[in-house]
Amino acid sequence: MDDGNAVEVRDLVKNYGSFQALKGVSFSARAGEVYGLIGPNGAGKTTALRVLATLLRITSGSVRVFDIDVATHPEEARKVISYLPEDAGAYKNLTGRQYLEFIARFFVHGDAEHAMVAQGVEIAHLGERIDDKVEQYSKGMARRLLVARALMTRPRLAILDELTSGLDVINAQEIRRVVKEEARNGTTFLVSSHNMLEVELLCDRLSLIHDGVVVETGTPAELKAKHHAANIEEVFMAVAA
Amino acid sequence: MTALTNIMRKELRELVTPATILPIVVMALLFGSLGGAIGDIQKQAQAKPTIGVVPMDQGVLANVSLQVLKAGATFAYNGTDVDAALAAQGGNGTAVLVIPANFTASILGGTRGSIEVYWIMRGAGLMDSFSSGAVEGLLAAVDEAISAYLVGTGSSVPPSVVLAPTVRSDTVSYRGVVMEGVSPAVLGGMLTQQSTFIPVIIMMIILLAGSMVVTSMGMEKENKTLETLLTLPVPRGSIIAGKLLAAAIVGLFMAAIYMVGFGYYIGGLTASAPVDLAKYGLEITPIDYVLLGLSVFAALFAALAMCMVLGTFAKNYRAAQTLTLPVTFLAMVPMFMTMFWDFNTLPPAAQVLVFAIPFSHPMMAMRSLMFKDYVFVLAGIGYSVAFALVMILIAVWIFRTDRLLTGRFTRGAEAGARKGVWRLVNLPGRRA
Repeated sequence: MDDGNAVEVRDLVKNYGSFQALKGVSFSARAGEVYGLIGPNGAGKTTALRVLATLLRITSGSVRVFDIDVATHPEEARKVISYLPEDAGAYKNLTGRQYLEFIARFFVHGDAEHAMVAQGVEIAHLGERIDDKVEQYSKGMARRLLVARALMTRPRLAILDELTSGLDVINAQEIRRVVKEEARNGTTFLVSSHNMLEVELLCDRLSLIHDGVVVETGTPAELKAKHHAANIEEVFMAVAA
Repeated sequence: MTALTNIMRKELRELVTPATILPIVVMALLFGSLGGAIGDIQKQAQAKPTIGVVPMDQGVLANVSLQVLKAGATFAYNGTDVDAALAAQGGNGTAVLVIPANFTASILGGTRGSIEVYWIMRGAGLMDSFSSGAVEGLLAAVDEAISAYLVGTGSSVPPSVVLAPTVRSDTVSYRGVVMEGVSPAVLGGMLTQQSTFIPVIIMMIILLAGSMVVTSMGMEKENKTLETLLTLPVPRGSIIAGKLLAAAIVGLFMAAIYMVGFGYYIGGLTASAPVDLAKYGLEITPIDYVLLGLSVFAALFAALAMCMVLGTFAKNYRAAQTLTLPVTFLAMVPMFMTMFWDFNTLPPAAQVLVFAIPFSHPMMAMRSLMFKDYVFVLAGIGYSVAFALVMILIAVWIFRTDRLLTGRFTRGAEAGARKGVWRLVNLPGRRA
């Protein structure tokens, strides 16, 4: 692994039976970077993130997170990552605070647990509603709670799938602000989105995925300049065409 | 296509899946094998009972009795040695009937004649009573024949003796315990009363606790919480063990409540029992209760582990409800079998089936403990624990594959993915 790389993906292939979801994907993200995987629905973004999150086994290729091989040492990898699926849910019979406490107890105990939960409560920014049951939350509130869950553990790598899925503009902006702040504190982010404008606002570098293949990699500015495009969406259309 | 058929097709596509069909197929196969076992028993019931007769009396009424017995039963022994008659009963004999030397003289003298019946009881289930019931019928026929003879010959025997010319002296031998003055009907009735309640309790506990585990997995998927759980720094085994132990605690709590009620039930039965079984050493000691509890726990844990494996197939709450069907049936098979038959009187194939179902063992433990058959009880506990461990290993293996999220089994590191994939069910959540 190159010095400073938090994520190193090499020739990653993932098959679902005869269907090849990833056809040799390679990319790397540097520590402290917000790295984006963008592409249309079905491009392979979620599969790539699930492999990185140790949820799916690798067909071939290699994936390393902070020099940990996720295929051979998934338990070690899980200690440094935090994964937020696009359609994640929380336990509906718990309050928001109880849910954060449940998660925190997997990482720390005692005073550290209280501090972690306090951090989560702050990130969730739900006010008194943090003590309401999750089943009473709106979609936006539940998403903020889940983002808080993912970030309160101070993971070295946060893998966020469709980060602002289902959020209104105000909530989406707030979440993006939190991500940028945590990145400044040293967390590496790997985010996926089919909202290319959002990724442009958030990411330091990104890879465009199309049909299971990385078709372009660079900073938003580099990609726009290379393809004479006004935004990443135009870059993607040019590359995909 | 009308709106109605359109909706119907959509619903059928959702309802008819391998997860819903497989349990029904398994149940049908199990019912088929159960039917075969019942058929075998019914054939046995229709056959003449095998008995031994020891006629010590050569009088006319003894001969009348022998003719009736010969017409309705197969004689495994006909001689004058009781021990030899008992030894000659083999695996089919039901009873040895001893007609004492003064049989004819007693009846003709106005006193009821005694018939000593040594019962060889092979099982205490409801269906096991068929053969002893047939012999009871023969003894009634003997009474009728003697009455007819007395009436036909115009004897001066008192009417009360003519109407009921014999009295029986019962001795029953069951599982090596010899009990005088007890008939198979009385003993079978008492044992059935005491052991019928346990299978019902076990079945209810297994169904309640088992459905908790299956539903828990279904809910994790439906609420989209499973992916998060699987990416936390917690071993897969801990996730499985945590779910199992929580359900086991609830199950045992329910069992404890049931057992308190059961204690009162047994106490009430013992107080009103026609025979004091404790006199023959047939009682449940505190150690027996501990073994019974262990048997219940082992079976419960086996059931929960099995439900955990089934739960991995549940894609949502509704599917989870369907997946409890196999467990329901597996709990019902031993419940009914142990009610109707003793394990020892089942055909070999049915014995294998009953033993292989871990839930059977606590259902059979009560009777085995009463007769101090500790080897059978301990073997059952050992088997249930082994079954649970195998199921847990399977569950851990499934948790380590893509199966939970994709609905597919892949081989190893998917090196063979191009050659073949074991497709079981297609679960939602597969997104590229």
